[in-house]
Amino acid sequence: MAELKKYLEIGSSPHITDGASVDVIMRNVFLALLPVTVFAIYAFGIGAALVLATATISCILTEHLLCKATGAPSTVGDWSVAITGLLYGLTLPPGLPLWMVAVGGVFGVGIGKFLFGGLGSNAFNPALVGRAFLQAAFPQAMTHWQYPFLENRFEQVPTSVLAMPFAEPAYDAATAATPLARMKFEALFAETPELMAGLTTGSVGETCGVLILLGGLYLVVRNFMNWRIPVSIFMAVAVMTWIFQQIDPATYPGPLFMLFSGGLMLGAVFMATDMVASPITNPGCWLYGVLIGVLVVVIRFWGGMPEGVMYAILLANAVSPHIDNLIQPRVYGTGRGVQ
Amino acid sequence: MAIKPVTPTDEFVKGLWRDNPVFVQVLGMCPALAVSNTAINALAMGLATTFVLVMAGLSVSLLRHFIPREARIVSYICIIATFVTCVDYAIMAISIELHRALGAFIALIVVNCLILGRSEAFASKHHPGRAILDALGMGAGFTGALFFIGIVREILGSGTLFGVGLFPDGFQAWTIMVLPSGGFLAMAVWLLLVNWLKKREAEAAGRAEEVAS
Repeated sequence: MAELKKYLEIGSSPHITDGASVDVIMRNVFLALLPVTVFAIYAFGIGAALVLATATISCILTEHLLCKATGAPSTVGDWSVAITGLLYGLTLPPGLPLWMVAVGGVFGVGIGKFLFGGLGSNAFNPALVGRAFLQAAFPQAMTHWQYPFLENRFEQVPTSVLAMPFAEPAYDAATAATPLARMKFEALFAETPELMAGLTTGSVGETCGVLILLGGLYLVVRNFMNWRIPVSIFMAVAVMTWIFQQIDPATYPGPLFMLFSGGLMLGAVFMATDMVASPITNPGCWLYGVLIGVLVVVIRFWGGMPEGVMYAILLANAVSPHIDNLIQPRVYGTGRGVQ
Repeated sequence: MAIKPVTPTDEFVKGLWRDNPVFVQVLGMCPALAVSNTAINALAMGLATTFVLVMAGLSVSLLRHFIPREARIVSYICIIATFVTCVDYAIMAISIELHRALGAFIALIVVNCLILGRSEAFASKHHPGRAILDALGMGAGFTGALFFIGIVREILGSGTLFGVGLFPDGFQAWTIMVLPSGGFLAMAVWLLLVNWLKKREAEAAGRAEEVAS
């Protein structure tokens, strides 16, 4: 038995914890992301590795320097900003110039997280704030997709990745079409084996849905993630897509295509589940997930852009405090059944 | 500490930094965000507003004993609208492109709360000389603030300054900076900087007072 403490310690609840601290959770998220990251580098080569490294380093440095500038102790050691950086890198196109990657990282952590008050106070997922800024600032570069599994991907860095800061990037090859772009602009949405196996093009870490699900499953088993959020997103997308496919199968793709294309898997499993920016209660999480799912389908089917996961999650992040207000847990001893 | 009497210079200087209309009072946000996408547009809007500020300030100050309290807002608006119409035609005569770029925002100077605010809070209570100095200071502060926002947005958004290219080849324009959201971003960054400097200024003043006492 542990030695008795000399003084009586008084603290606020919770008094019983399972020992999970921020860095323990974040290290587990890192483990869950590892297969996705390895596959991304295997599929897109050195370019993707450089993008991921730059994304992570720019986010960590931003947080460290801002902490130092404000005289606060550096919070880099809790791994959360490293995870933000890695996630942010996974959402970017593999051929994105490194200077743009750094700009988005500084913006995401600096404005999306630090100005809101740091970890625990960010209203929006910082990784997606950085990506949204890049999408608005550099729309051409953010929709230029490199082909996966190029022959020389481990020997040659794509020209665009090493573009000079502030210069327009030059590309080695014409842009490849993501499955969602083919759906939007060419009405092609076959549920091909390539799509299921993650052999299509897309953002660095979004292509292989199976590995993302595997990582998510690990986090759910370790109880570090609320499974209701991804499940409700998948269900909302599947049900809504299925209904529209029944109405007009020539225009609308099926549920499997929608689930495995674009950033839906990555967004639903790793982005929407941001512990700070998602609702607290379980019913709230269901509502939040359904909202994201419906928004994704609406943007993909009728919006101007092929992909809508990022905006759907950011919008739902904005709504999440209101969901918490709407769905208040019953205070013990009040409400139903109390005379 | 004795309160220093307000000198005419103070009336002018306060608009530049201490009571800057955009960065401190956060007035006149509509033109500050909407037409600050290039340095030229920002300067033109700033100068037009300054002209209206000065003329409206002078008129309101001269008429301050004749305007009934109950109808003062209406009277101010009429005075301001007169000078805005002058500015509108003047800009049209000088440069039709500029007039097109500024668009409806010239007419909207009428409802710029900075001008109405200065008329109500200052010009209607002071004699014409002070009112003009105050209006000039506020106008200069407004123009300067718009210009700083405009510089950032023009350099990042189009890679030019006053329409002259700054980067020899292949500049990657930051589309977001010419969009309205870029106005909010540039504005926010300047506000951050100004507030940080003001905080340091206040801290330094606090320390100096401690030493003195």
